[in-house]
Amino acid sequence: MSPGEADPGIDAEIERIYRHEYGRVVAGLARRFGDLDLAEEAAGEALVVALERWRRDGVPPNPGGWLTTTATRRALDRLRRESTRGARHREALLMYDDTPHEPTGAVADDRLRLIFTCCHPALAPEVRVALTLRLLGGLTVAEIAQAFFVGEAAMAQRLTRAKRKIARARIPFRVPAAEDLQPRLGAVLAVVYLIFNEGYLASGGDAALRGDLTAEALRLGRTLRELMPREPEVAGLLALMLLTEARRPSRVGADGALVPLAEQDRGGWDAGLVAEGHALVRECLAINRPGRYQLLAAINAVHTDAPAAADTDWSQVVALYDRLRVLDPGPVVALNRAVAVAEVDGPEVALAEVDRLDLAGYHAWHATRAELLRRLRRSAEARAEYDAAIAATANPAERAYLSRRRGTLAP
Amino acid sequence: MTQYLLSVHHGADEDPYAEDPEAARPVFEAVDRFNQRLRAEGAWVFAGGLEPIDTTTTVDATGGEPVLTDGPFAEAKEWLGGFWVIEAPDLDAALRWAAEGSRACQGRVQVRPFQSE
Repeated sequence: MSPGEADPGIDAEIERIYRHEYGRVVAGLARRFGDLDLAEEAAGEALVVALERWRRDGVPPNPGGWLTTTATRRALDRLRRESTRGARHREALLMYDDTPHEPTGAVADDRLRLIFTCCHPALAPEVRVALTLRLLGGLTVAEIAQAFFVGEAAMAQRLTRAKRKIARARIPFRVPAAEDLQPRLGAVLAVVYLIFNEGYLASGGDAALRGDLTAEALRLGRTLRELMPREPEVAGLLALMLLTEARRPSRVGADGALVPLAEQDRGGWDAGLVAEGHALVRECLAINRPGRYQLLAAINAVHTDAPAAADTDWSQVVALYDRLRVLDPGPVVALNRAVAVAEVDGPEVALAEVDRLDLAGYHAWHATRAELLRRLRRSAEARAEYDAAIAATANPAERAYLSRRRGTLAP
Repeated sequence: MTQYLLSVHHGADEDPYAEDPEAARPVFEAVDRFNQRLRAEGAWVFAGGLEPIDTTTTVDATGGEPVLTDGPFAEAKEWLGGFWVIEAPDLDAALRWAAEGSRACQGRVQVRPFQSE
């Protein structure tokens, strides 16, 4: 390669580093300047500079630090250029006072503060996820819009409105005090799990799995865990995501169809992630303050513990769902419980439970009914249920799997 | 510090200051105590309860000569019962005051920041 000629791999490398560091850079600038738009613009400008410099000189030893320093300079330049009295006044303060304006408690991670800001109860729940993905995951507005089936302009407007509310209503950049932590932590965990699920079974688009989203959710989960090591639900959510992610390599077949748990090649599961997940579940059991994510993680631990599908301890799974049902009496938990009941008490008992649930139009309900009807040799009804399930999902791998199952029904 | 408008909104079928003033007394006392707390903690700017909605007059001078109309500018089931203007460091602090105010006056409280500068 002659000097001056760009290495084609370097742009991909810069892109990877930038995505990885984006949340940290934005979170640091947001804390220092208290202005999300400024933080985002400065981070974007730092990327432009990085592309130019790094292509020429190579990636520096500490790319994250380099991006933060460059973005901070850009932000200060921008503030200096702005002529309003308020901005000048603020700049003067920032030049001399770099200390946070309020005590941050035991936890001072900028990204964690930004997650709690994005998940503030004064913001609409659907906006919390989008904003977290934008500011911490570094996803583009177009990518977020696609993940949520919304037009790009509409998503841009929602994000702008949310950032304006944070600025003008003065939603603080902080991890809430202990007494506010529980309800807000619930919202934060829900957002991280939503991001993970969107990556694990994409609701739209061409890809069945979005590894970028599951990776981001895992990274956020690990960050939360580092910062709140004694919160069992944090450990539970991380364990749940690890044990689910571990199965990803076996989850889609060579033909692009989804492979259900019972048929997955267990040798393809990521043993490291399974072990890490199991260790966290054991830790939760020792704390003995079960919550929704811990119970879901425990259920996944039972599945990943079995060397073969036939070895699954289904009565343990039913028992865990019974405990989960106390916390979450919704029909989706009841549906998942019924799948385990089918293994313990047979398909007839399970079908009676499934039929009681008000979930018509939900693809998993139709798919579960179809499988139970198949086992009861009610082929015509099963066929109609597969059709209903296929109509109710947009995920290509899931559609492929359901079509194949329908095709193998006895006439 | 940011100033916030905490406005109290009542629905069509709720009127804590109904005909019976004796029944409303605990509410007034609770609001008095809340106001004292706002003053003691330096959050108080201004507050007031409003006369019933049927005392409203709407003035429209956008077309030149003022046009006066008896009644509110929009017919709505909800009505504004009163408000506080407070000073708070951030939205979390304003929301805590709002929760306390809502409990005191037995009405839903809307929180809205004033424009800065």
